Amino acid sequence: MKRTDALEFCRRFARNRASLSGLLILIAIVVVAIVGPLVHQASPFELAGQPFLPPSDQYLLGTDMLGRNELIGIIYGARTSLVIGIVATLFATLVGVLMGGAAGYYGGVIDEILMRLTEIFQTIPTFLFAILVVAILSPSIGSVILAIAIVSWPPMARLVRGEFQALRNREFVQACISMGMSDLRVITLHILPNCLSSIIVTGSLLVATAILTESALSFLGLSDPNVMSWGFMVGAARDFLQRAWWLCAIPGVAILVTVLAINLVGDGLNDALNPRLRHL
Amino acid sequence: MGVARERARFIGRRVAQAVPTILVIVTLNFLLVHLAPGNAADVLAGESGSATPQYMAFLRHRFGLDQPLYVQYLDYLKNVVTLDLGYSFREGMPVRDLILQRLGPTLLLMGTTIVLSIGIGILLGLVAAGRPNSWRDNVISVVALVSYATPLFWVGLMLIVLFSLHLGWLPTSGMVNIAAFYTGWQKAGDVARHLILPAITLSLFYMALYVRLMRSSMLEQSGMDYVVTARSKGLTERAITYRHVLRNASLPIVTMAGVQIGNLLGGSVVVETVFGWPGIGLLAFRALFARDLNLLLGIFFVAACLVVIVNILVDVVYSLLDPRIRLR
Repeated sequence: MKRTDALEFCRRFARNRASLSGLLILIAIVVVAIVGPLVHQASPFELAGQPFLPPSDQYLLGTDMLGRNELIGIIYGARTSLVIGIVATLFATLVGVLMGGAAGYYGGVIDEILMRLTEIFQTIPTFLFAILVVAILSPSIGSVILAIAIVSWPPMARLVRGEFQALRNREFVQACISMGMSDLRVITLHILPNCLSSIIVTGSLLVATAILTESALSFLGLSDPNVMSWGFMVGAARDFLQRAWWLCAIPGVAILVTVLAINLVGDGLNDALNPRLRHL
Repeated sequence: MGVARERARFIGRRVAQAVPTILVIVTLNFLLVHLAPGNAADVLAGESGSATPQYMAFLRHRFGLDQPLYVQYLDYLKNVVTLDLGYSFREGMPVRDLILQRLGPTLLLMGTTIVLSIGIGILLGLVAAGRPNSWRDNVISVVALVSYATPLFWVGLMLIVLFSLHLGWLPTSGMVNIAAFYTGWQKAGDVARHLILPAITLSLFYMALYVRLMRSSMLEQSGMDYVVTARSKGLTERAITYRHVLRNASLPIVTMAGVQIGNLLGGSVVVETVFGWPGIGLLAFRALFARDLNLLLGIFFVAACLVVIVNILVDVVYSLLDPRIRLR
């Protein structure tokens, strides 16, 4: 991207105030997720004081039913959500680009088979499938990331297929092919860079979905037992709803704000990168 | 007569198309069982030694762990096709019967959710598109945006805090008041009261989805040539909106509703767990808790079949709504 293009992109993105505030919130969450655990080195599972303490100066968000510091849990949970959301999306994007790219570039039988498979993966109850994968492989960061990646690649594959199909028939690509350029070179040097913006937009929205899925899995008890996560915090505090509803409310707000911020940034990226596209 | 025959053939073709889907699902199940750490028989028996040694030996024999993998696969396929999904020692019942027992409440919850989310989604989308960028449009857009980002389980818990614990208007969990022994209409009313919060919780996300879709679909349709024609014919804006634009704009909603059925089932696991709603979602949670993986596999299989069936129904509805669609 040339410098003027970058400037133009920033100006377009900044024009949308909702997206800009989403970006600021997201940056704040990322900073907390990176810096927080460095400042506070102890485990988020460590008992800090009396159980069920309401928010106070010492414990900004109070303590939970075991006496763990709620704020520390939220900080570590931010890291978990972002890492799982981003890594799972990277894997899903890789699979989606490979599947969609092959289907869109080669067409014919390959397209037929790959798209049928994508369709099937889109119709199966994806969350139930994710539950199955994590339950069978036993809950860990790795199995949760795998499960989320397996259920989130289809939208990416469909998008990439469409873009590849359109680009493959463009003159500059046809020219490259008739000059005898290899498929790999055509794809990586000429087609892929041209659909990168759409991939980024879809990817950003996939991160938000992945974080929601992760939170629902960990709410059901399907999270790495050594890693603090927001969904786990809500699930654990659920039995004490009558006594301390804020223990459920606070992590939920954290999920909501994070997902909302990412969606806003995604919308902003969409407007700034694909000005002609109104929606995905 | 031609149309009826064409429709029958169309349905037949859609059913035939569903076969590979089911096959992929069964294959996924089979792969998962064999991917599991430990013995496949342990997985199928429900783990943690709750099965008798005889049953374990029977399972090992039945799944022929000494046989080549393709024989095991074909056997597994045969069992599933004959709807033999195994036995749950935890619940003391065949998996198939367990699931069939719980299907009713889940279908009730899903049906209510679909009607609620599509109804409200279309209505709000209509209002929002009526005057783009007015305050109404903005409020609806913000509500949709926030609903779209809210975890289902959290909405459910917060609704319980507000309406059940603080206000005491609605029950916190279950499907009926067990202590009351209601019958007839009273029982129906009781179930309805229990249904309100779970249905609202599950609807919220989909409502947000449909509002956004409906709004953009309405705006897109209102720029079409047929609208200009209708206007130049002298039709009132009301008639144009309700008779022409609304119908065409609703089509993407029907498509999306079909696509979302699978996700809806996934969402009902969370919602049923929160509200103790006795459907297959709660059964899945219990299976998870007891590490009864075979039951979980059975639920996944039945849920996937359900999605396939509903999608065929959606296609048929679609072809009724839009006569332009050729029954291919």
